Amino acid sequence: MFNFVLRRLGIAIPTMLLLIIFSFIMMHAAPGGPFNSERPLPPQVLANIEARYGLDKPLPVQMFDYVVAIVTQFDFGPSFRYADRSVNDIIALGFPVTLTYGLWSFVVAVTVGVSLGVAAAVYHNSWLDYLAVGVSIGAQVLPNFVMAPILVLVFTLWLGLLPGGGWNGGQWNHVIMPVIALSTSYMANIARITRSSMLEVLHSNFIRTARAKGLPQRRIIWTHALKPSLLPVISYLGPAFVGMITGSVVVDVYFSTGGIGQLFVNSALTRDYSVMMGITILFGALTIFFNMVVDVLYAWIDPKIRL
Amino acid sequence: MTKHTLLRSSAIALGAASFALLGTSAFAAMVPADVTLAEDQTFTYRVLDEHSSVDPQIVEDVSGSEIVRDLFEGLLNQNAAGELVPGVAESWEANEDNTQWTFTLRDNAMWSDGTPVTAGDFVYSWRRLIDPETASPYAWFGELMSIQGAGAIINGEAATDTLGVEATDDHTLVVNLSAPLPYFPAMTTHASTFPSPSWVIEEHGDEWTRPENIVSNGAYVLSEHVPNERSVRVRNDMYWDNEHTVIEEVTALVINDENVALTRYMAGELDRTEVPTGEFPRLQEEYPDQAISFPRLCNYYYNFNLGPNGPEALQDVRVRQALSLAVDRNVITDQVLQGGQIPAYTFTPGSTANFTVPDVPFAQMTQAERDARAVELLAEAGYGPDNPLTLDILYNTSDAHAEIATVMAQMWTQKLGVQTTQSNMEWQTFLEVRGEGEYEVSRGAWCGDYNEASTFLDLLTTPSGYNDAKYSNEEVDALMQEAKTMSDPSANYTRVEEIVAEEMPVIPVYHYAGVYMMDEGIVPSWPVNNVEQNWYSKDLYRVAQ
Repeated sequence: MFNFVLRRLGIAIPTMLLLIIFSFIMMHAAPGGPFNSERPLPPQVLANIEARYGLDKPLPVQMFDYVVAIVTQFDFGPSFRYADRSVNDIIALGFPVTLTYGLWSFVVAVTVGVSLGVAAAVYHNSWLDYLAVGVSIGAQVLPNFVMAPILVLVFTLWLGLLPGGGWNGGQWNHVIMPVIALSTSYMANIARITRSSMLEVLHSNFIRTARAKGLPQRRIIWTHALKPSLLPVISYLGPAFVGMITGSVVVDVYFSTGGIGQLFVNSALTRDYSVMMGITILFGALTIFFNMVVDVLYAWIDPKIRL
Repeated sequence: MTKHTLLRSSAIALGAASFALLGTSAFAAMVPADVTLAEDQTFTYRVLDEHSSVDPQIVEDVSGSEIVRDLFEGLLNQNAAGELVPGVAESWEANEDNTQWTFTLRDNAMWSDGTPVTAGDFVYSWRRLIDPETASPYAWFGELMSIQGAGAIINGEAATDTLGVEATDDHTLVVNLSAPLPYFPAMTTHASTFPSPSWVIEEHGDEWTRPENIVSNGAYVLSEHVPNERSVRVRNDMYWDNEHTVIEEVTALVINDENVALTRYMAGELDRTEVPTGEFPRLQEEYPDQAISFPRLCNYYYNFNLGPNGPEALQDVRVRQALSLAVDRNVITDQVLQGGQIPAYTFTPGSTANFTVPDVPFAQMTQAERDARAVELLAEAGYGPDNPLTLDILYNTSDAHAEIATVMAQMWTQKLGVQTTQSNMEWQTFLEVRGEGEYEVSRGAWCGDYNEASTFLDLLTTPSGYNDAKYSNEEVDALMQEAKTMSDPSANYTRVEEIVAEEMPVIPVYHYAGVYMMDEGIVPSWPVNNVEQNWYSKDLYRVAQ
């Protein structure tokens, strides 16, 4: 097991390096730059600014300096656009927002999704099954950019119960709508995957044996059927978890949360190189890490995979 | 470069106020006697994007400058009509040839930590502005102000203490200029000239603008800042004219999407937001006291690429005239934008101070006459069904730009048989492509740096860095050059507009309006007549409903 984890780590590090190099090159290949604006700066002023941020050095040198600063001091540099903030500050402000509503979304998506899926499979072809399938298809086809305005229309404008946006330090009433908007489609996927895999398991031989033995239904479902039927769900949860805690541009923009998804897109549009790189690296590292966690979980549940 | 442009600076706006010594209470919120103020004196408004900084010498965007004008106070302020009124300076005067300006500062101005505001603070911040170490994106403004030695310091050829600004005592600031500038005081309302506290900057470095560190001298202090979400400022008890401030707390909320912002306005979470394109008539009917529209100092136009990479066809003046004539401006303002925008036949907006819109001939024609003339002109130039003109329209991504481009393309196709394609590009890419002159026809817009016609017309001179059409006309250049030294240059401006209407290097499309939904309690104190929209929260108040 230890070797398995080491092997995975051995692959993760060069993957990260490649990610950094490719994003760095692609970013600098995009037209424009952080200090371009409708009113071009006088050359000397631009030169002074570029010198301050080290943009006057050759690109390979910039990339080398960048990687060295990260490895030795965990320093991702200053933001090019927000003079008083470093990339670390910006991520430290935006990521907790996204993490908060992302974690809640994860909890909601897994709890509701798995319950719906199990209920649908157990009461296969009953009204409960149709309802669960209906709900999950409905949730699937309602993308969050449709969901968000509908939620605001109902809860803010008609009912006047929830604020239409903002974050306000993560007060509960500001968190509810982002969580619903973000978790819905994940919830639908989880329900669908759980249902089909549960159905398959329920029709397998060992369940038939359990039934023949006269085990109570509850015990069959929760003790024997659930664990194997969650395997495909777990492999989906790895990327889904990263997807949720890194947030969504739509949710961030629509609810003006100040989360990191919005920062990511804005930094790309304004060519705030250092912020864009910082968030790319964060997202990359999270993706690699949680994929690794899923692999390890898998290997733990199913020893065949370790080979 | 537009160096001089900025500078012709509102000589006029200034006229009334220069050399003035006004009483103290005349410029804070002037609440009429018959008005009952609301209990709640807060103001919450929407901004499109996070501001770049609240450091006076670093800030470069509109939303940041709005905050800086509240947090800091420069030598002079603008009133609701855009005229100059005293700020930290009580009076100011020039020597005979306007090359030396002396400002007398009030003795009761204080920083929020209780330190008196001195002339030395201005010397520090003006040196800081042009210091290459600061790397300010507005360093050029110091050069534009023609302060002695500014250029050499920016280029790293001289030390910052060689700058021609001097505190002869704590309340006297003397500025020596390299050129005579009668309108120099008007430039001191610009955020980059506001004082900054040297002791705080030395202690905290770049982080001095955070709420826990910042010390400021304006009517408000920064109390909270959550980047990309909100920025809150509350009234500054140390401000010299604090007794006349009415609004207690001002909050700027970052909301990227204007439709979301409108929804939140409707939910009562905002006091001011922009009206999305095309929504104004409906809102005005439903909320006549809240939907407001007033002229702004900005124009919207299309460039013809007359540079070396531009299409051959556009070198023919008849083609340019035909394309301009065929654009029905009223369709764009009344049916697309619908927000009180003004159809444009001149480059300079009519709201510009001391500018009389000249009677350019094509403005007097009916659209049918213009269309007929356009068809004739294009045929004369040799284009028709057998030899159709093709054009590519470049604009940056935005619903409104796309709609206008589509409508104009349709007009050209239907009336003139022009075959058009559209290039919709993301902002940074758009800037690069347009800047390098790799386009045929491109969208442009300009907001005046100061309230005078040359801020617009200088764009059409050969040396201007913003002349994207690459238009060059010796007479225009000479007229604009001459205007800088004239006491009344309006005849020159009229002549330039006439030449532009004849040669049509650009198509003026419309002049902007500020189109807002605004709480009816705030509307009465909003400075709708300040066309530059330099507003100060200290001048606002909320009326009880």
